[in-house]
Amino acid sequence: MPDTTVTSPRSNQPADAHAAVYRYDEFDKTFIFERVEQFRAQVERRLKGEITEEEFKPIRLMNGLYLQLHAYMLRVAVPYGMLDSTKLRRLARIARVYDKGYGHLTTRQNIQFNWPELKDIPAILHELAEVDMHAIQTSGNCIRNVTTDQFCGAAADELVDPRVYAEILRQWSTLHPEFTYLPRKFKIAISGAPNDRAAVQIHDVGLIARKNEAGEIGFTVYVGGGLGRTPYLGTKARDFVPVPEILGYLEAVLRTYNQLGRRDNIYKARIKITVNEMGPDKFIGLIEEEYARLPRQKYDLDPAIVTAIEQHFTSPPWESLPAVSDKFEAAKAADKDFARWTRSNLHAHRAPGYAIATISVKPIGGIPGDIEADQMEAVADLAERYSFGELRVSHEQNLVLAHVKQDDLYDLWQELDKVGLGTANAGLISDIIACPGLDYCALANTRSIPIAQRISERFADLDRQHDLGELKIKISGCINACGHHHVGHIGILGVDKKGEEFFQILLGGDATNTAALAEIVGPGFSYDEIVNAVETVVTTFVGLRQPGERFIDTLARTGHAPFKEALYARA
Amino acid sequence: MLVKAKGAQQSITANRLIDGVAVWLGAGNQWVEHVADAAIFEGEAIAQALDTAKADEKGQIVVDVYPLDVEATPEGTRPLHIRERMKAIGPSVRRDLGKQVAGPTPAL
Repeated sequence: MPDTTVTSPRSNQPADAHAAVYRYDEFDKTFIFERVEQFRAQVERRLKGEITEEEFKPIRLMNGLYLQLHAYMLRVAVPYGMLDSTKLRRLARIARVYDKGYGHLTTRQNIQFNWPELKDIPAILHELAEVDMHAIQTSGNCIRNVTTDQFCGAAADELVDPRVYAEILRQWSTLHPEFTYLPRKFKIAISGAPNDRAAVQIHDVGLIARKNEAGEIGFTVYVGGGLGRTPYLGTKARDFVPVPEILGYLEAVLRTYNQLGRRDNIYKARIKITVNEMGPDKFIGLIEEEYARLPRQKYDLDPAIVTAIEQHFTSPPWESLPAVSDKFEAAKAADKDFARWTRSNLHAHRAPGYAIATISVKPIGGIPGDIEADQMEAVADLAERYSFGELRVSHEQNLVLAHVKQDDLYDLWQELDKVGLGTANAGLISDIIACPGLDYCALANTRSIPIAQRISERFADLDRQHDLGELKIKISGCINACGHHHVGHIGILGVDKKGEEFFQILLGGDATNTAALAEIVGPGFSYDEIVNAVETVVTTFVGLRQPGERFIDTLARTGHAPFKEALYARA
Repeated sequence: MLVKAKGAQQSITANRLIDGVAVWLGAGNQWVEHVADAAIFEGEAIAQALDTAKADEKGQIVVDVYPLDVEATPEGTRPLHIRERMKAIGPSVRRDLGKQVAGPTPAL
């Protein structure tokens, strides 16, 4: 198999040696190769008819393989969004050799391929295993990818590196003997900073780091959040769980859900339904009873294990740099397009002289989250050149290079721009989350991607986008809400109206610390009307806003009434 | 299948087991790759066609067999529901992928 590892010119170390990804030991490698062979045998038996589709389906789902409208779809796990350049090059190769030359970044920090063939899946999984990757538990009624803050390990407001605990939870949940056949899928998100960039309150379990009055670090635990047909924000189960106790507490949560979650109705099987049908206080009371019963010495995190895991996520060898880079400042002054990119796509880094760069995978008019194999390879090269070979997939379907010297930002941006990844729109109106929708998904009622594309093109003027400021649009092609429309500042939901595609607008969603579910504003709009309707909402905002207000701030102040009036004035 | 077929004219669709490609039951109970060539069944023939298709499911040829409402047009069989037309065309946002690359497909 071709070696995709690149070594640094000055040493024999791989160019991504400092990338903070979990490095498999022999036990891990043996496990995933054995899993590949196990699935290879299962595919062979399926193709020979020795196992039926009914028997095979849960097996293939547990190995990340869906059947969609046009083809199979393989969802590859990217644990807590962390990649290195070696892995990304292998993903590029898989896209090229086994698929149609591209992949899709998902809202759970994974990557999907839309066109693999069943007969090739064992080979794909083998190639993934060669670079410590897999597709285990990216589907099925089990604990899925634990997601986190895309700025982890770099942002100044971080109390604890969430990757350490995301990795612990990953190892705990993989092939967990009790939680492999849960009532339904289970999604965990963890933020290592009090500032929630991981949307924890819309997850089945959400953890946010905080300090207690004694200065100890722990997590606030939310349970029962979720979107889909029946959205709920998570209920706070515990204000503070000390870090060493977090695994035990989650064991108690999962045991309680596993016992009580509904198995009679797939649409009522998520923990959010159980929590709210039973009543949050009662459910949390049951968690506490289970937690009290657990043998704490077995579940409290062994400091030695935590220390061992921490070694995988040490900071890269940052240089000692001045806080301000003259080169960076000069480049901004000289190139207004670059300056604009820095305003939207950079986040402050805790190491002086560095910055966190968001690579927008939302080019104007492009398909949100789709990345070509050539682009993957270009980004892998850039990650090695500018960010220690490390990169992250964000839940907003973008990529992040977390450790870029300010001195290098202009060069980086120019290189990104050459490959169509330099759009200055992170967090702005054209940085849209969209599900695959009817273009790919057998569950969808409407398309969502072309709506995103048309909105992006309508607001193509980047100066206008920057003037509008932070404005998060999220689009789902059906009520399963994979596009997170419930937590969009502007959410768009596709519905089937007598066989025609119609779109409802929702306003006021928020996936951050001030979490809120968006509300439907009124009757839906046709495929031809929806973009005009979005423009009406935006124009209304511009007419109402006060200095310094973002869209979500203006909406909170005015309420929906002026927007509703503007949208339905003709009626 | 999320939309139950209930029309007078129905075809049978599935995905091929080995590669996931969308197919339809055609003449002579052969699976065809273009919906225009899909056989149209009426009355009792629908159930018989479904039985044939399910036998091929058991025979490791196809998966996810289900009926869909269709109509006959001069260009061939045309699905009535937008999702089934999308299945027959390919992604509208990637005109270089799916069935639409190989030849004419129904309008969305």
